[in-house]
Amino acid sequence: MKSVKISIDDLHKAFESRVRLGIMAALAVNDTLDFTSLKEYLDVTDGNLASHLKTLEKEEFIGVEKSFIDRKPNTKYYMTEEGQKAFDEHLKVLEKIIHSQK
Amino acid sequence: MKEEQDYIQDIAEIRSMMERSSKFLSLSGWAGITAGIYALIGAYIAYHVYSFNPDAIGYTSSRLSQVIFLAILVLILAIGTAFFLSWKKASKKGKKVWNATSRRLLVSMAVPLFAGGILILILLSKGLIGLVAPLTLLFYGLAIYNASKFTYDEMKFLGLAQMGLGLLNCWLIGYGLLFWAVGFGVVHIAYGIYMHFSYER
Repeated sequence: MKSVKISIDDLHKAFESRVRLGIMAALAVNDTLDFTSLKEYLDVTDGNLASHLKTLEKEEFIGVEKSFIDRKPNTKYYMTEEGQKAFDEHLKVLEKIIHSQK
Repeated sequence: MKEEQDYIQDIAEIRSMMERSSKFLSLSGWAGITAGIYALIGAYIAYHVYSFNPDAIGYTSSRLSQVIFLAILVLILAIGTAFFLSWKKASKKGKKVWNATSRRLLVSMAVPLFAGGILILILLSKGLIGLVAPLTLLFYGLAIYNASKFTYDEMKFLGLAQMGLGLLNCWLIGYGLLFWAVGFGVVHIAYGIYMHFSYER
């Protein structure tokens, strides 16, 4: 049981929220995603998504690319290398927890 | 503190998110190159061996059944190679070829191709052989354009190029085989080379 507890402590706080986990999962398989498509995938409100994105941005797990399409602002998000590493690590720990509790 | 169920749920969420948000990216540039080569060889055989050169809408050929057989062979080879290369590329990355996105990709291609295929069979039965080359190009272009949503964006341009050639060929009906060779041969090879150098090096 002790090893399990250590594993749980290894989980990154940024990934406690399922929305943030979803953002990371979507960005893991897409080079970039704009705000609208992330919103579509996650089925959350603008404000909710924006605050979760901000948190991940602060951790430097995701990066932001701002541009204009047809003079409308378009914000694209991508996963940083650090984010990729943290996400992979998180998956490994999740796997360990589940296996050890079986 | 989260429970074990929560972690299992986390993983399930991650998996489904990855699945639904991703495109089918296991298409290989080599599939385009090989399909183009098969098409050029097929066109060459049709022209030189079967003297097949549809230059009018009502063109007739005594070797029509051989040419149709040849075309089907080229199609099967091209699709078979594309499947094989996609499977190889996917398994190299530890992904499955058959997933939600590849299914979407295939369905979005199959619908216009099916309609076009039926139309072409009808045209053949009515002896309108000269329309077969431009309409295969046109419907193939539509299918590719439609499917490009579920794979690399560049595939859109492949579709547009085929559609453009098909329409142009409708105008210049006397050059069916040439347009067909350019569309299915040269354009495929150019696209395949571009994709290979953009994504697979």
